[in-house]
Amino acid sequence: MPIPLPVEISEEALDELGRELDHIYDSTIADLGAADERYIRRLIKAQRSLALGSRLVMLAGAAVRGRARQPSPGRRASSRMIGGVSMIGLGVAKIVENMEIGHNVMHGQWDWMRDPDINSVTWEWDNVCPSDQWKHGHNVVHHTWTNVMGKDRDIGYEIMRVTPKQPWNPVYLAQPVYNTLLGWLFEWGVGVHETDFNKLLKGTAQDRADQLQSLKATGAKAARQVAKDYVLWPALAGSAFVSVLVPNVGANLIRNLWSYMIIFCGHFPQGVYVFDEADVEGETRARWYVRQLLGSANIKGGAAFHLLSGNLDHQIEHHLFPDMPSNRYQRVAPRVKALCSRYGLPYNSASLSRQFGTTTLKIWRYSLPGGTDVSIDRDRVAS
Amino acid sequence: MAQAQRLIRERIGSVIDLFATPLTASHYVELVNPLWSSRRLQARVEDVWDETSDARTITLKPGRNWRSHRAGQHIRVGVPIDGMQYTRTYSLSSTPERGDGRITITVKVLEGGRMSGHLVRNLRSGTYLPIGLPQGDFRLPEAMPMLPLFITGGSGITPVMSMLRTYAAVGNVPDVVHVHYAPHEYDVIFGSELRQLAGRYPSLYHLHTVYTRELGEERSSDRHFSPEQLEDLCPDWREREIWACGPQSLLDAVEATAGAAGRARHFHVERFRAALAPLGADVTGGTVAFRQAGKSVVVDADGSTPLLRVAEDAGLNPPHGCRMGICHTCDIPLLSGQVRDLRTGAVAGEPGQRIQTCVSAAAGSCELQL
Repeated sequence: MPIPLPVEISEEALDELGRELDHIYDSTIADLGAADERYIRRLIKAQRSLALGSRLVMLAGAAVRGRARQPSPGRRASSRMIGGVSMIGLGVAKIVENMEIGHNVMHGQWDWMRDPDINSVTWEWDNVCPSDQWKHGHNVVHHTWTNVMGKDRDIGYEIMRVTPKQPWNPVYLAQPVYNTLLGWLFEWGVGVHETDFNKLLKGTAQDRADQLQSLKATGAKAARQVAKDYVLWPALAGSAFVSVLVPNVGANLIRNLWSYMIIFCGHFPQGVYVFDEADVEGETRARWYVRQLLGSANIKGGAAFHLLSGNLDHQIEHHLFPDMPSNRYQRVAPRVKALCSRYGLPYNSASLSRQFGTTTLKIWRYSLPGGTDVSIDRDRVAS
Repeated sequence: MAQAQRLIRERIGSVIDLFATPLTASHYVELVNPLWSSRRLQARVEDVWDETSDARTITLKPGRNWRSHRAGQHIRVGVPIDGMQYTRTYSLSSTPERGDGRITITVKVLEGGRMSGHLVRNLRSGTYLPIGLPQGDFRLPEAMPMLPLFITGGSGITPVMSMLRTYAAVGNVPDVVHVHYAPHEYDVIFGSELRQLAGRYPSLYHLHTVYTRELGEERSSDRHFSPEQLEDLCPDWREREIWACGPQSLLDAVEATAGAAGRARHFHVERFRAALAPLGADVTGGTVAFRQAGKSVVVDADGSTPLLRVAEDAGLNPPHGCRMGICHTCDIPLLSGQVRDLRTGAVAGEPGQRIQTCVSAAAGSCELQL
């Protein structure tokens, strides 16, 4: 049975919608050129300069503090201020690397340039999650099976109940707590997400070996990441080790909390639809588009917000066209929105406070049994 | 000793790289100067010089990882055009004896040549281009006494120019006969330098330039290469090592002549890459070769079955994911030939380009790397 729709649309009209979305994609891809290339090259250069610059400033801050065990209050204050500024700088650099550059490059959005450096095959991001694991869990599983119960492992990330369709379990009583924890440690959540702990603990010998291998790969990458941020760079400051360690920890926390917030606004806010496996059997391209549309939510914001969210404030456009360069989402959004209003389909776009607020409320509400959510009246579905 | 030093350097390098993980220290060094990269060879365009109305010499300063070439060798040069990288091979026209660490390539606009047109018309000083290390066997043997006969046509003069400049720079010019073909006198690349050489070494460097068209005449005259003409210009050609570079028709004619005289082993040739024949809209399917380490599988494919299916039907297990063209798990490099994107109908045929096998079908015969 095909996915149910919130409004009545004839099969012909649905196919027409699919063709119109295809056209938006094709015309944008055909228009890619030197300006897009310049955008990503400059962004990568700026991001790397910001990361390196912030780290050097961090060391300078440690030097200002000096070697004295009891530095003068003036020195201590300026050292803290320099540390704070460089922490924010490194945090922003990490956000941009993970979200606007890494996530999008790994989607193959820039493969069309044929640059071996800016390529989904070769890119390794500044995150404890190995890129190949991310590409499988995210590009293949999540983007193909978006919001399909039992298929998409990103519905509540296998640990939370975010829709009444998920059967309640007493463990979920604690989810308001571990949801917060996940926000702070988001990078680590992403790092172990591809490992299936059910299989690791209770699976066949082959399953256990596979899952152990994926966990080991994360461990190996994490070891390098931890060594870089929490050992090597602080060690350059010698006795002022801690004055470099602290801003490094802070920068990673900034990135964790920010990316957690943006990503949780993608598929959990009020008004986002969840589907059953039976809904997608024999799904046409047009219905796949509609599922992406109904299953995603946008956040309203300005140019800086587009950049810092990795253009995931255009989550709907990203899910319709996952390999379209992200700098183009802003321009195709009005066309997608106009199509939605023509066909009477919802286009879930609201402020950050509304999207993140309803997401958090849901997580609290669904920690308890029961609950209702936006759902499609199956009796009204056109057959 | 040198090996131990290199080992120590590598160790130190990998420790420094830990500070830059998941990138390398080189990624940050390149922010200051792309030529200091230790992982990706690039060159900066230092100067452009118009040789003729449609040929230009580009002076490049290669990065730190460059190693000197042998006269006659070529390099790969990459250029982004409309945001997309294209790679072509060009012979070096400079001599390795040049003392300033620079190299030159000389490019002539080919009819319908996207890259040559861009290099000759639009390239500016200060641009950075990815390049490859020197390659190729069309090069002078070291310290081997021989009498060379150079036969060149059009921009085929570039590798031979590198050889001639090397002779002159070293000051050890053998007895050379050089037959060069060009449409008109004003089309001869390096014309004045060749005449200067002939003036400087009148008894050693024997230059014969043949103009294949009369001024103002568009049809080719009958002055193209022929065995009789060769006999006339270089009577002792059967005793010489022949080095030929130029258009396909010229090379075929010289090869046939050399072969007929039993001189095939003394015939060295540098061929320009054959231009891709324009693909008719009706061309569908072909023979598909999947190359793997150690073996390759060759099958027939039609123009509508995705190459991923073709590979699987042939018993292979290539990487795959969504099977609908969104996740890019199934992308593999195209080695040669062309494929068609089944969604848009767009044809891709750039060697080395990664293609999405789940939504691409063969457009004529092609070769893919698994």
